[in-house]
Amino acid sequence: MKKQENITPILKITDLKKSFGDNHVLNGFTMNLYEAENLVLMGKSGSGKSVMIKCVVGLMQADAGTIEIMGKDITTLSQKEFNNLRTQIGFLFQGSALYDSMTVRENLEFPLRKFPEYANKSKQLVLEALESVGLKNAIDLMPEELSGGMKRRIALARAIILRPKIIIYDEPTTGLDPITAKEIIQLMIGIQQKFKTSSLIITHDMDCARVISNRMILLIDGINYIEGTYKELAASKDKKVQEFFK
Amino acid sequence: MVISLQIVQKTKKFLLEIGELAYFAKRFFKEVFTKPFEFKELLLQSYKMGNQSLLLVGITGFILGLVFTLQSRPTLMEFGAASWMPSMVSISIVRELGPVIIALICAGKLSSGIGAELGSMRVTEQIDAMEVSGTNPFKYLVVTRILAVTLTLPLLVIFGDTIALFGSALIENLKGDVSFQLYFNKVFNALKFSDMIPATIKTFFFGFAIGLVGCFKGYYCKKGTVGVGEASNTAVVYASMLLFILDFIAVFISDIFFEI
Ligand SMILES: Nc1ncnc2c1ncn2[C@@H]1O[C@H](COP(=O)(O)OP(=O)(O)OP(=O)(O)O)[C@@H](O)[C@H]1O
Ligand SMILES: [Mg+2]
Repeated sequence: MKKQENITPILKITDLKKSFGDNHVLNGFTMNLYEAENLVLMGKSGSGKSVMIKCVVGLMQADAGTIEIMGKDITTLSQKEFNNLRTQIGFLFQGSALYDSMTVRENLEFPLRKFPEYANKSKQLVLEALESVGLKNAIDLMPEELSGGMKRRIALARAIILRPKIIIYDEPTTGLDPITAKEIIQLMIGIQQKFKTSSLIITHDMDCARVISNRMILLIDGINYIEGTYKELAASKDKKVQEFFK
Repeated sequence: MVISLQIVQKTKKFLLEIGELAYFAKRFFKEVFTKPFEFKELLLQSYKMGNQSLLLVGITGFILGLVFTLQSRPTLMEFGAASWMPSMVSISIVRELGPVIIALICAGKLSSGIGAELGSMRVTEQIDAMEVSGTNPFKYLVVTRILAVTLTLPLLVIFGDTIALFGSALIENLKGDVSFQLYFNKVFNALKFSDMIPATIKTFFFGFAIGLVGCFKGYYCKKGTVGVGEASNTAVVYASMLLFILDFIAVFISDIFFEI
C-alpha cells in the first residue's frame, strides 16, 4: 500500500487517547483509511475498538488526539456541520440497533427525515437499499419478525441509504451462523464495489478478515500495534500478533 | 462503623442522582424551546399514553367513587348529614383523591413503560443509532415523552374525576334515592374555582414528574437486560415519591393563595 501514502486519507485518526477513570483504553491510536479500501481492525474483546469508532462518529469525546473526516477536523465543527458530515458515514452497529417500534420501511426512512430534499425520493431510496441487501419483501415487517441475519441486512440497508462515503462495521458477523456470516461478507463486498465506499471493518472473524481486507490493523494495548496485509500479518513473528492467527 | 459508612455512601449516591435529575430537567427546558420541534412524535406519544391509560383510569376512578361513597355514607347518616354527600365527595375527589390516585396509577403504568422502552433502546444502541443518523435523540425521545405525559395527565385526571363522580352518584341513586340530576346539581353548587384550578395545575406538575423520571431512568439505563428492569422499576418508585412531595408543596402553596 506504499502508493497510497501520498493520497489524503478519507478518515485520519492521529494519536487518539481515551480513558475511563484509571482504565486507559486508547493510548495514542493512529490510523488512516483511504478511499475505496477495506480496512480491517482487530483487537481482543475490551481492547477499545468500539470506543475508538464511537469517538469517530461523535458518540464519545476523545481525551486527546485528532480525527479528520474528509479533511475536516471534527472538533472544530459546529453541531450542524458535524451532523452533515456524519451523513457521509454509515454505521452498522454491533447488535443491528433497528428501531423496534418502527417497521422496516420506517427504519430505513429515519435517516432521511432530516433532509427535505429526499422527501419525494425516499420511497425509491428505500426500495433500492432493500434491493441491495436482497430483502425487498420485508419492507412492511417489524424488526421482531426478522431473524438475526435479516436484521443485520436491514441494518446494512439503513447504513447505506444516504450513500455514505465511509461505512463502519462493528462486528458485522458476530452472532450469526457461518453460512449467514458468509452471505453478509459477500454483501459487504458487493456494496463496496457498487458504491465505491471506504470500509472500516471491526471483526474477530479471521475468515471475514482474510476475504474482505485490503489492509489490516491490530489494536493492542491501546495503540495501532501493527499494520499490513493479511499475508504480512499472518507471517509476522511477533508473539502478540501470532495469537490472533492461531 | 461499616453501617454508618454505607449510609453515608447511599445518601451521597442519592443526592448525586437528584442532582443529575435536576440537570436532566434543565436540559429538557433548554431543548423544548429550540427547533426542530417533533410535533408528529409528540402527537403519537400523547395518543399512545392516553389510549393506554384510559381504561385503567376509568376503572380506578369508578371504583374510587363507589368505595368512597359507600364508606362515608354511614358516618354522614349518623350525623344526619346525608344530603351533604355530593358536596363532600366531589370536593375530596376533585381536590385531592382524584389527582393523586390517578397520577399514582399513571406513574405505575407510564413511568415504568417509558423507563423500559428508553432503557431497552439505550441497551440495544438504538439511541446511539439515532444520534449517528443526525436526529437529536433527546428531542425526539425525551422531550416528546415528557411533554406528552404533562399534557395528557390533566385530561386523564379530569376524565377519572368525572367517572368517580358517576360512581358516587350511582351509589347515592341506589341507596339514597337521590336522582342523578339532583346529585350533579349539588356537585356543581359545591365545587368552586378555588377547588378546580389548583387541582388542575398540580396535575401538570404530576405529569411532568412522571415523564421526567421515566425518561431519566431509561435514557441513562445501565447496560444489560438487568439494567432495563432496574430502570423501569426505580422509575415507578422515584416517580411515586416525587408525586407525594409535589402534592405536599402544591397543597402548601394553594393554602397560601386560596385559603382552603
Ligand atoms: N461508557 C463507558 N464507561 C466506562 N467504561 C467503558 C465505557 N465504554 C467502554 N468502556 C471500557 O472500555 C474498554 C473497551 O471497550 P470496547 O467496547 O471498546 O471494547 P471492544 O474492543 O469493542 O470489545 P468487543 O470486541 O467485546 O466489542 C472496556 O474495558 C470497557 O469496560
Ligand atoms: Mg465492541
